[in-house]
Amino acid sequence: MPVVFSDTSEWSTMVLPAVWALLSAFFLLGFVLVSAIFFVWLERKVSGRIQDRLGPTRVGGKFGWLQTVADGVKLLCKEDSIPAAADHFLFRLAPYLALCGSFVAFVALPFGNGVVARDMGVAVFFMLAVLSSEVFGVIMAGYGSGSKWSLFGGIREAAQVVSYEVPRTICVLIPVIVAGTLNLTEIVNQQNGFFWNWYIFHDPLNFIAFWVFFICGTSSCKRAPFDLAEAESELVAGFHTEYSGFRWLLFFMAEYGSMAAVCGIAVSLFMGGWHTGILPFDPALKLGESMGTAGMILGNLVNVVVFIVKGWGGIFVMMWVRWTLPRLRIDQVMMVCLKYLLPISCFLLVMIGVWQLMIPDIVSMVWKYGSAAATVILTAVWLINVWRKPSLSPPGVTGWATRPPALPGSSAGKEQAVAGV
Amino acid sequence: MSLQQALFWIVASLTGLSALMVVLTQNIVRAAAWLLFALAGTAGIYFLLGSDFVGAAQLIVYVGGTLVLVVFGVMLTAQGPFVNLKAGAGEWAFSLLIGIALYATLAVATLATAWPASDPPPADYRSTANVAALGEAFLGIREIAPVGDIPRVYPPRNRTRVSYLLPFEIVSVHLLVVLIGAAYLARAKRRRVVSEAAA
Repeated sequence: MPVVFSDTSEWSTMVLPAVWALLSAFFLLGFVLVSAIFFVWLERKVSGRIQDRLGPTRVGGKFGWLQTVADGVKLLCKEDSIPAAADHFLFRLAPYLALCGSFVAFVALPFGNGVVARDMGVAVFFMLAVLSSEVFGVIMAGYGSGSKWSLFGGIREAAQVVSYEVPRTICVLIPVIVAGTLNLTEIVNQQNGFFWNWYIFHDPLNFIAFWVFFICGTSSCKRAPFDLAEAESELVAGFHTEYSGFRWLLFFMAEYGSMAAVCGIAVSLFMGGWHTGILPFDPALKLGESMGTAGMILGNLVNVVVFIVKGWGGIFVMMWVRWTLPRLRIDQVMMVCLKYLLPISCFLLVMIGVWQLMIPDIVSMVWKYGSAAATVILTAVWLINVWRKPSLSPPGVTGWATRPPALPGSSAGKEQAVAGV
Repeated sequence: MSLQQALFWIVASLTGLSALMVVLTQNIVRAAAWLLFALAGTAGIYFLLGSDFVGAAQLIVYVGGTLVLVVFGVMLTAQGPFVNLKAGAGEWAFSLLIGIALYATLAVATLATAWPASDPPPADYRSTANVAALGEAFLGIREIAPVGDIPRVYPPRNRTRVSYLLPFEIVSVHLLVVLIGAAYLARAKRRRVVSEAAA
């Protein structure tokens, strides 16, 4: 939302930009913190449901919705300890660096049509550059803690981030080549209208690129199955073993913030950003035409809600993946990146040029509508299947919804019955 | 003083302080951390000047490059005798001499040049750092000449467009060779061990 001033008085050059900057920082920080509070609660509920239990139910009445607040109070009351062997300067610095890395990326992320702190020409490039600097906090925490577990965690994180950054950046280039710009606002505006205009349905290469980007994004947020930096079964808690209280909290804010940023990039590049996909127009522009500025603001409120809901959907998938898949070994993590994701993304980068130049319009039209229709039908079939299955076990029985077939000679059924009692 | 000037002084002094601390700190990982701040501050100055592309490139290339430096610093010195670097008097004198000479060269060159007065970057940032224009100039599709009365080293003789594609390709191939060489050096050398064991 560029602010244009006609005069060059003290007021307009000094105060108004400062107020604008503070206001946008306030809103962005508010968004990051409030979504972190929500995500901590959601993570507990999602993990509970996936492990066939209920998650928090008591704090704050129904659904345990005050659980995060209770967590926060507990963390603030914890003793703030620094190990004697730690490098004090780096130990104190690390959590703030990690949080800055994930928070500054939101400066260039458009939440609605023009709802962006600074509309950069190179927004995607900027976001990738800033997001990749979150790793410094992790490495400095690992080194500064003066603990071998932390050091292992930090070095693993460095190796992982340096490798996964390459396919992630190449996958971002594929919709950028189709769009012809690095400006996120413009990229999203090109996906205006119905959902088959989203770049994920533009061609098969973008469809694959979305999934590769999402995998690399999950890895760059150090979420399971790529959470080698924490790996509580091997490294105690990895890079944040020695942290407690508020500093530990900052690392988790950074993790949820970078998840939101990565999902924001994915939604903007592939999933139509703030466009609903079921309306043929952009509500901000449509209402802006008929009602002026008030309509523009009203339409953008709808846009922001749509964008945030889409981003939260992506974060829900990340949680789902985290609690479903086991952690990979470090050599498997490297193999996935260097042997599979990197060649796939290079292939996509070459082929997108071929697709853009060689493929006749009729083929791309058929692909666009066909893939969108297939996705909708498959999603509907899957949803109906999920709906028809019971989601919760009856009382006294565990693992009912997804019970594995009993092996001959095993006493799995008996054990489960005992565990349920 | 406008906001831009105020921010410039804040960012510039923080960058200078960080650069000073890189030299004065004796712990190598802390020095790398200060270097990180100095390079990020430089990126901040680019952003203040309205050149978003250069700023983001500075972040991804130099700040990202510092990452490798930090990792090497951590790996090589985490337990070793080089955690603290103490410079001798001779090293101090020599580096001070080189530093002052470099600073003098830059200062004289900066002050001797008649800089063209340029407008502050417009409020609509999209118009300034247009990457498409940059890329087209890079490929020689369009020519972008610096604005203002800048003394040229040699006058442009024929107005053929300049393309930087060939140097770019040469650098890319060079980097590819380096990558393959690094992968060759770092490869797992298990096969030879197995054959020796078999023999």
